[in-house]
Amino acid sequence: MRPPSSTASGAFIAASSPNGIGSNEVLLETKNISLAFKGVTALSGVTFDVRKSEICALIGPNGAGKSSLLNVINGIYRAQSGEIVFDGRHFRKMTPIDAARRGIGRTFQHNELSPRLSALDNVLTGLASRGKTTSCENAFRIGRDRAERQHFLALAEKVVAFLGLQKHVHKSVSTLPYGIQKRVDLARALVSEPKLLLLDEPMAGMNQDEKQDMRGIVSEVNSRFGTTIVLIEHDIGIVMQLAHHIVVLDYGRKIADGTPEQVRNNADVIKAYLGENYGRD
Amino acid sequence: MDLFLQTLVAGLLAGVMYSSVALGFVLIYQASGVFNFAQGSMVLLTALTYVSFVETGAPFWLALLAVLAVMVVCAVFIERLILRPLANRNPMVLFVATLGLSYIIQGAAQLAMGTDVHMLDLGIADDSVQIGNLSLSKFDLFATATAIVLVAVISFVFNRTRIGISLRAVADDVVAAQSIGIQLPRIWRIVWSVAGFVALAAGLLWGARQGVQFSLTLSALKALPVLIIGGFSSMPGAIIAGLLVGATESLADFYLGPLVQGSVSTWFAYILALLFLLIRPTGLFGERAIERV
Repeated sequence: MRPPSSTASGAFIAASSPNGIGSNEVLLETKNISLAFKGVTALSGVTFDVRKSEICALIGPNGAGKSSLLNVINGIYRAQSGEIVFDGRHFRKMTPIDAARRGIGRTFQHNELSPRLSALDNVLTGLASRGKTTSCENAFRIGRDRAERQHFLALAEKVVAFLGLQKHVHKSVSTLPYGIQKRVDLARALVSEPKLLLLDEPMAGMNQDEKQDMRGIVSEVNSRFGTTIVLIEHDIGIVMQLAHHIVVLDYGRKIADGTPEQVRNNADVIKAYLGENYGRD
Repeated sequence: MDLFLQTLVAGLLAGVMYSSVALGFVLIYQASGVFNFAQGSMVLLTALTYVSFVETGAPFWLALLAVLAVMVVCAVFIERLILRPLANRNPMVLFVATLGLSYIIQGAAQLAMGTDVHMLDLGIADDSVQIGNLSLSKFDLFATATAIVLVAVISFVFNRTRIGISLRAVADDVVAAQSIGIQLPRIWRIVWSVAGFVALAAGLLWGARQGVQFSLTLSALKALPVLIIGGFSSMPGAIIAGLLVGATESLADFYLGPLVQGSVSTWFAYILALLFLLIRPTGLFGERAIERV
């Protein structure tokens, strides 16, 4: 039950082959990030770069620390050591608000949307950090609130149309199918036009058709808007098609970092991620 | 029949008072998952501050604005000194913090403004008006009108404005709300300010009825069964449960009172709440499990 025409998914798939990356400029550096929870190590000394306008995939077995790493990048977790360089600025600690303001958008593994709000209202919350009006103006819809609301509504409608969500906008999110909820989550992250988009398993729980649709969308976001994307995904087939750059984690350590081709042939990756017997038969 | 109707309507109107206190609890519970034990103290604080201003000769509107300002200042301090350092902690930690806050507010209010019982005159005589066969208290009708306006304003802000959308997003998922750039401190300050305004309305209504004194903090205890029946996270629930408690209390007093030879209304609401806990623990409109408290 997907709307194939509404998102022009044909065009997406055509545009989705990972060509060369436009820029060599680095947008995000994580340097020596270590994170532990009450003595249990989640990440140890993870260092990698993400270049501007590339799609970087984080892969690794369950519990490898992928989600933790995303959470450190947008400040939900505070790393015990290491630093993050985003867009030329160094951060010992990032807060989620800071991250959002500086242009880091994200989606969540388990659609952390507001179930009772409509899809459109959920998308509008993605613009909260862009507001210039005061709480008082917002609360009573006075002063500059009207103009800003119209402006935000227009932005939200643009994203909604881009993701083919028009016919779902006024429905409350809890009534929407899972795949559509995933798109609403993406729309909420996209509406603020982030420089860096963090996607935590955007295709989890989807069937093959829905996955291909989502792959097309992610690719289109990257090629049309030049948005740099860091995504976590378990489906290796999709990752190989989509990513320009792959970072592999295992037990909180980085075990490989390179192009899909390099990672595919890396012995450690084959052992840790794909299993000992991979490629023998 | 007239007598039954009379008792019922009087009870419903009294129930509005319960709803007004319960509403303050629901606001804060919705936006931060905290059962704010200090709501009762806030009711006392607002009434005491209002009376203190009025006693210096300030007119009604000026005193009202002054109390609103005091509540906003309180909200800013509470957010900075209590909520922010304890953010993302277990709800029980926050609950205990509000318990401490309750004593601080009570102590500070009485230290600054004394422990005397003050009279609070809103200028509405507690006469009765005749509507059909019913004779209703003018004051109760005024209280009802106030509560309706309050609920209408809060509903508008919560459902029809961007700030309301942000409030609800925070209520549903704090981590996600932060990640998309909603400023939690700002939301908390707003919610606690609004809860302060609600406390003001409740403080004035209760204060005018009972005199402004320490026992106003106990209004919080009356709100507890209302919250259990209505559900901690539902504003309509708080209103309906308040009315229900008011009505059943009044009817029980009238019909059961003579049988047990004593006042039923002191305990009836709690028995009702107990029944709800057994049969429908999330309350009439509650969405989250009560263990979250």
